[in-house]
Amino acid sequence: MTRVVVTVMPRQGVLDPQGQAVRGALGRLGFSGIHDVRLGRRIELELDGPDPLGTAREMCERLLANALIEDFTVAIED
Amino acid sequence: MVAVVRFPGSLDHESAVRAVRGVGGEATYAWHADPQLPDGTRAVIIPGGFSYGDHLRPGAIASRSPIMDAVRRHADAGGLVLGICNGFQVLCEAGLLPGVLRTNATTSFVCRQVELEVLDHDTPFTRELGAAISVPIKNHDGAWFGDPHHARIVFSYGPENPLGSVASAAGVASARGNVLGLMPHPEEAVDPLLGSTDGLGLFAALVRA
Repeated sequence: MTRVVVTVMPRQGVLDPQGQAVRGALGRLGFSGIHDVRLGRRIELELDGPDPLGTAREMCERLLANALIEDFTVAIED
Repeated sequence: MVAVVRFPGSLDHESAVRAVRGVGGEATYAWHADPQLPDGTRAVIIPGGFSYGDHLRPGAIASRSPIMDAVRRHADAGGLVLGICNGFQVLCEAGLLPGVLRTNATTSFVCRQVELEVLDHDTPFTRELGAAISVPIKNHDGAWFGDPHHARIVFSYGPENPLGSVASAAGVASARGNVLGLMPHPEEAVDPLLGSTDGLGLFAALVRA
């Protein structure tokens, strides 16, 4: 079994209203020097099979990410 | 016969059925796990709600359910498909409509009556509508995002853009015009008690098409 971590993030250039809301809240708590905050999603998959990364990529393309607004990365985690 | 598709988490299916019956049409339910639409289906409505709890992305999981293969075949054959609110999200996620619905620019749930401009009267749904209609919106993820130059924007918010959608879009149709999705709720604007009857024309056209 292989543990694959999928990270889905809003595409660069696409406004991320949730990230902006978090950024505002951090500023109100007194944190300064925040250039940007972006919110994404981490998905942990535990997979059998010969090509877990390829399988995870196909899962992203077919369901886990929406290519119009999101980018994804896949990585094997020990 | 109008088939109203129910997913786990659908909310507005009864309002959709009431709207269809209110203009003299027949309506029945289709279940998300069904591989086929009911016999005699001429139009499909994907209703509002929070299918699958909006998990992953609104409409994403519902758009991959068995009934959607049948809805896709129905649309490919020129049949009418109307997606309202979550139904619009489902149709975009299914690739039957261009673009995607994103979290509102306010990051808040927006519930209010809005004025829509009807930009395109040349669809089977909009022939009988006036230049503008008054209908409610109630959503958290209703900001349409897509390429306005490659989408048939049928409804727009006016004069303000309450959700932050691209081109102030409130509803878009497929290139052929037989698939329509919109975030506002015409099925909740079919009785004077609801404050507007402007949605009736859409359902009357759907039933007669």
